[in-house]
Amino acid sequence: MRLAVEHPNKLTLITGAEAAAHAMRQINPDVVPVYPITPQTPIIETFAQFVADGRCDSEIINVESEHSAMSAAVGASCAGARVMTATSSQGLALMLEIVYIAAAMRCPIVIAVGSRALSGPINIHCDHSDSMMARDAGCVQLFAENAQEAYDLMIIGQRLAEDRRVLVPVMVMQDGFTITHSAEPVALLPDEAVKEFVGEYEALYPLLDTDHPTTQGPFVLPDYYFELKRQQVDALEAARTVWLELQQDFAEMSGRRYEGFFEAYKLSDADYALVILSSTAGTAKVMIDRLRRKGVKVGLLKPWLFRPFPAKEIAQALEGKRAVAVLDRALSFGSWGPMYLEISAAIGRYLREKPVLYNYIYGLGGRDTPPDLIASVVTDMQSELDPTVLHYLGLRE
Amino acid sequence: MPNTKELAHHEEIQKRFTGAHALCAGCGTPVCVRTILNAIEEPVVVINATGCLEVATTRYPTTAWNVPWIHVAFENAAAVASGIEAAYRALRRRGKITKEIRVVAFGGDGGTYDIGLQALSGALERGHRFLYVCYDNEAYMNTGNQRSGATPFAAQTTTAPTGEKSFGKPQRRKDLTEIVAAHHVPYVAQASISDWYDLAVKARKAVSVDGPAFLNVLSTCPRGWGHPTDQSIKIARLGVETCYWPLYEIIDGQWHLNYMPEERLPIVEWLRPQRRFAHLFEPGNEALIAQIQQQVDEDWEKLLRRCEGRA
Repeated sequence: MRLAVEHPNKLTLITGAEAAAHAMRQINPDVVPVYPITPQTPIIETFAQFVADGRCDSEIINVESEHSAMSAAVGASCAGARVMTATSSQGLALMLEIVYIAAAMRCPIVIAVGSRALSGPINIHCDHSDSMMARDAGCVQLFAENAQEAYDLMIIGQRLAEDRRVLVPVMVMQDGFTITHSAEPVALLPDEAVKEFVGEYEALYPLLDTDHPTTQGPFVLPDYYFELKRQQVDALEAARTVWLELQQDFAEMSGRRYEGFFEAYKLSDADYALVILSSTAGTAKVMIDRLRRKGVKVGLLKPWLFRPFPAKEIAQALEGKRAVAVLDRALSFGSWGPMYLEISAAIGRYLREKPVLYNYIYGLGGRDTPPDLIASVVTDMQSELDPTVLHYLGLRE
Repeated sequence: MPNTKELAHHEEIQKRFTGAHALCAGCGTPVCVRTILNAIEEPVVVINATGCLEVATTRYPTTAWNVPWIHVAFENAAAVASGIEAAYRALRRRGKITKEIRVVAFGGDGGTYDIGLQALSGALERGHRFLYVCYDNEAYMNTGNQRSGATPFAAQTTTAPTGEKSFGKPQRRKDLTEIVAAHHVPYVAQASISDWYDLAVKARKAVSVDGPAFLNVLSTCPRGWGHPTDQSIKIARLGVETCYWPLYEIIDGQWHLNYMPEERLPIVEWLRPQRRFAHLFEPGNEALIAQIQQQVDEDWEKLLRRCEGRA
């Protein structure tokens, strides 16, 4: 494949929400059920305007709830259509029943998520409690650091979802407001290149093929349920392979390479490592550069994939570190942060020499996490703070 | 319009809904489904809400359906239908489908009057071209006869049982047909499994309109209602003859009565053969029966006024 971007540095100033909407416009899915919720709304607004202006011609369904958004998405997907939608927070919570079913019915729906805290109390700002709530639904979960990644991951996500070895929904998370509403330079690909990259979608058993009737979503008893769940395990396992394959194609097309399952920023020689998802990883990079100038050997591991979780690769990347701090932007009350649990298990399983592992909860309900706060985590690790208890970042106590 | 010969022929050329299901003897639902599907000439895609029909017809890896069929959840049949209809429009527009296909959703009263009402309302308001059929057996029968918004006043259910301080359901049923009509959809009708020709005609009319259509079909449940399994059609007919369940349709906002009993039967004829109303015939409950009769009379008068254009 030839490189689609002749001038990869030609940038457009758009928000993360607009970037996601541009990806949707270029993919031009058959059906897009939409329902507003802050901070995702500008994704569907921008997309609806694209349709209104004739820049793409998807069927938009203005549903009456997110529950119906995902239900319509499943119906359209099983009918044989390519389907995308978007949501946040309570919207994801409301649709979650059907997200599980979408995964089980093997619907390759791409869901753009503007990450936002869950009620209660009600709050419209960013944390990851919404997507973490959905982590066991059977979807692929991708986390974007910035608008560029949000755009790219939507496009990669479409191919990933529709690969016949995978066939599950793909959720693409970008941080609410921080990314959805902040304008930054984004390198958009030519429409034709995206179209060619995602290709035509051909459903395996479309309901609308009335000459070959299928029964979809039947009643399954203990004699088969377990086996069907096992197939979903295989689908998520296959997603690892397909993700890696797609990166080659995507890099050739775009000039942008998502190497492996996570970004390792100044990690290889680091004594101290931070593991952070999404936009806060960007903040961490700024602080890492400052600390590096002072001679502190600190690095960052930023997963793009959370489901399937690249446990072995992450453990290997953290091998030999003195200490690792996992920053979680979600809680599991009565336990530890969701990503910490993953990394703790990964290190326990794959490493003989284990780094000291810390867990910090940060940024809940949109609480700001400036660079200095991230520096304090490094200081904590250097001063050998107690790793056996959960730590909070930026919390008044 | 369809006749018996045509319906039988349809059954021969494509048995859309086969006998290979586990619905109870005497259940009204398969009668409803088979009549409707045989009356529709075009290829169909069927959506099914969670409930008896879904559970009893698709025990994996078997199926009773020879047409494309999908079940997603309890409360979302109309939303799933919206998605299928939108996919159909998109794929037709993009030249990937050329033939005419009809979208038909089936839900019980629990999945329609109660938990699925929002999804139904949304789909009706958006104007999707689909037929929604409520097979109304007046309670949550799949889970064993719990009270729903469709359960009639004073009926016995397991969650509004009779007892020392209870005569069954203390509230009236909601008028779903009227709620649907309030969405200004082109075709809304009430039908009964007892009147197959009326049902078949309505099904065909329903799929011929360019927009949402709705059928509310009285469908017996021998287990929940408490009547012999060979009495289903007769009991449904009593619902019609007593004017408890009048047959009517609303075409583009115009109300039409489809059946005028020659002699209206008293409501006790409908109540007496059903065990769920047995307590009403115990001494001291005469007033409840009178109350039910009065409700039916009022509703019937109101319906007549509407059909005569007086309301």
